[in-house]
Amino acid sequence: MEEVMLARLQFASTTLFHFIFVPLSIGLAFIIAIMQTMYVVKKKDIYLKMTKFWMIFFLINFAVGVVTGIIQEFQFGMNWSEYSRFVGDIFGAPLAIEALLAFFLESTFIGIWIFGWNKVSKRVHLFSIWMVSIGTALSAFWILAANSFMQNPVGYVLQNGRAEMNDIAAVLLNEKLWVAFPHTIFASFATGAFFIAGVSAWYMMKGRHQELARHSMNVSLVIGMIAALAIAFTGHSQAQYLMHAQPMKMAAAEGLWEDSGDPAAWTLYASIDTENKESTNRIDIPYLLSYLAYNKFTGKVEGMNTLQDKMVQQHGEGNYIPPVKTVFWSFRIMAGTGGVLILVAALGLWYNFRETLAQKTWFLKLLVLSIFIPYISNSFGWIMSEIGRQPWVVNGLMETATAVSPNVSAGQILFSLIAFSTIYTILGIVMVVLFVKVIKRGPEKPKEVDVSATDPFETGGAEHGIK
Amino acid sequence: MALSELWFILVGVLFIGFFFLEGFDFGVGMSTRFLAKDETERRVLIRTIGPVWDANEVWLITAGGAMFAAFPHWYASVFSGYYMAFVLLLLALIVRGVSFEFREKGDTQKWRYTWDWALFTGSILPPFLFGVFFTSLVQGLPLGEGMHVNANFFGDIVNVTSVIGGILFVLLSYLHGLFFIGLKTEDDIRARAFGQAKKIFIATLVVLIAYAAMFLTSDSGIMAGGNAPFTYVIIAAIVTLLLAFPFMMKQREGWAFIMTGLTFILITASYFVGLYPNVLVSSIDPIYNLSIHDAASGDYSLKLMTYVAATMVPIVLAYTAWTYYIFRQRITRKKVEQAEH
Repeated sequence: MEEVMLARLQFASTTLFHFIFVPLSIGLAFIIAIMQTMYVVKKKDIYLKMTKFWMIFFLINFAVGVVTGIIQEFQFGMNWSEYSRFVGDIFGAPLAIEALLAFFLESTFIGIWIFGWNKVSKRVHLFSIWMVSIGTALSAFWILAANSFMQNPVGYVLQNGRAEMNDIAAVLLNEKLWVAFPHTIFASFATGAFFIAGVSAWYMMKGRHQELARHSMNVSLVIGMIAALAIAFTGHSQAQYLMHAQPMKMAAAEGLWEDSGDPAAWTLYASIDTENKESTNRIDIPYLLSYLAYNKFTGKVEGMNTLQDKMVQQHGEGNYIPPVKTVFWSFRIMAGTGGVLILVAALGLWYNFRETLAQKTWFLKLLVLSIFIPYISNSFGWIMSEIGRQPWVVNGLMETATAVSPNVSAGQILFSLIAFSTIYTILGIVMVVLFVKVIKRGPEKPKEVDVSATDPFETGGAEHGIK
Repeated sequence: MALSELWFILVGVLFIGFFFLEGFDFGVGMSTRFLAKDETERRVLIRTIGPVWDANEVWLITAGGAMFAAFPHWYASVFSGYYMAFVLLLLALIVRGVSFEFREKGDTQKWRYTWDWALFTGSILPPFLFGVFFTSLVQGLPLGEGMHVNANFFGDIVNVTSVIGGILFVLLSYLHGLFFIGLKTEDDIRARAFGQAKKIFIATLVVLIAYAAMFLTSDSGIMAGGNAPFTYVIIAAIVTLLLAFPFMMKQREGWAFIMTGLTFILITASYFVGLYPNVLVSSIDPIYNLSIHDAASGDYSLKLMTYVAATMVPIVLAYTAWTYYIFRQRITRKKVEQAEH
């Protein structure tokens, strides 16, 4: 089943890459909408300058997010045709609705925003950025509604050899959706906030664009703090959800082979031996797992061996344990980096309140580095969520191995994997180069690019152009 | 009418909307290579579609989403069956999508040249691939057991007729784009757009007639046993294209644009009309033909999406129309030179 591994690798790489851009788009759109609102309300030019400056990043980022998103929709049918046949009835609907509700909204209003400065009134222009922000959030909602069905299938009936929708209310009220959506949205706000805070910190350190940096710092630290705390709360509700809906994922995230004691201790570190099914050298924090799982200091958690036996009884012979080490460490990296965000935001707010932030060079450096922390949390959060669901593609209903397209060869998948990885690598490099360039240049009006009379498409010009 | 049939029409309408709108976007993308004399003109041209191209592309995403939701088997068979063609399409759409944003952001000529090429390639390859795609789709695919399509890239997908279909889509997009440029620009560049349109018009007409002839003499795929509705629609497409001619000669770009738009609408509609009552026809044996009914989702799902579409489509159309109204003015060199934001 080489096809399955390649198709999975492709899905993982394209999705993780796509999700580098999505949270920053959602976060920046929201924060920029707030900045522009402040401009319209307070009528201070600095807020206009901020809006325009941070929007440059949004637009570059949004472009890559959009184009990498197209693959997301196409590859279900391309690589996972059996999955698409099985779930299209209930999984396709949120995707179609996402396009209709969210994609049209954000793409139309971003056009109005970019080109409408002198064509629509200030209020309509402000309205357009809020529509973009709402569009990005709606998009997250509907795609998570689809993903939640894979994690916790509800609102369906098995007939005609597939899962058919019979209750849209159940799909929209899916418990998984309502723990995942706020968690993702706040993670996105944090991504945007720490990006702005980090770039502003760099300016403060260099003593450049002081006013813009200070004002941006104020806005982003407050949003960053609120978002970081909200991530922790919503993360906690995710764990409680996992306990009853996807206990295997929770047990794997804990490296818990046998049932825990009561109260259950949380494992900070363990050497996991998947062959002998044991976790050794554990560093445990008593009570904490009971708290995470049940929001109280008692209660035991079932281990993977118990759950494996149960699932064999339910679904027949097979290995129902996901890759434990990956899930275990992804969880710790996600939660750990999330904790760091809270500390950084809190410290930043404190220094800012004391008006000593500009002097704390070490902390400004830390803030610059903190730009990358949400990206780490976001990626490992998804790795934990998706790897933790294995071997299922739809939890308890369909196994990943049976979901791939039978008429697509390993060679074809390998070709597309290489092609997409190459183009993604190029896009990634270009993104970083452009971001660094814009940061270095700052909010000053860009110098007019030297436009010579040479035509790129003429001979000579074309040779330059191709390379 | 069954809900599945309504959704078959809706998927058709989404593709029609996509080609009507993104068709001229592709054409404008091609014009940056064939019409623009210098960087300012290139900016004028790109600016004509700047506020709208992204939303226009969403019609494709929505069409894909609607296929997935309303016809899971159609979506699964087609997207896996056209694997390599879709890989190419995605690569083209990726480089095109970022080029609009990226080309403005560099300092060097080389940078700009690179993304200009990306924009051009990404504007000419997709219409070609769509032409190949729809043509081979109605020619019939090796659709067999389990609704799986095991198509050879050369032969089943890329063949003489489908390549002509691809060329037709490229030419028609460009012609449609030139009339759009006629609508959105002034003076010299507008005049040159009309000059080019005359040549492209003849080429498009010749290719369309050849294309129609190849189908009308064919006896396979949707043409097996004759297909009167398909024939009528294709002939109507030739008529609307011919109607563009007098308007083009009088430089009445609005009507010319409507006529090429109608041609695009009719050609796209011909595939859906031709396929009906199937969504896929098998070149192996008609017993494997995939019907609208068999490919469709359950009634509950279709009903839900009908409500959503009935509510949302008018809203989307309203704000789309509003956008075109906001940006109704013609773009000139002067405006572009002044407005460097």
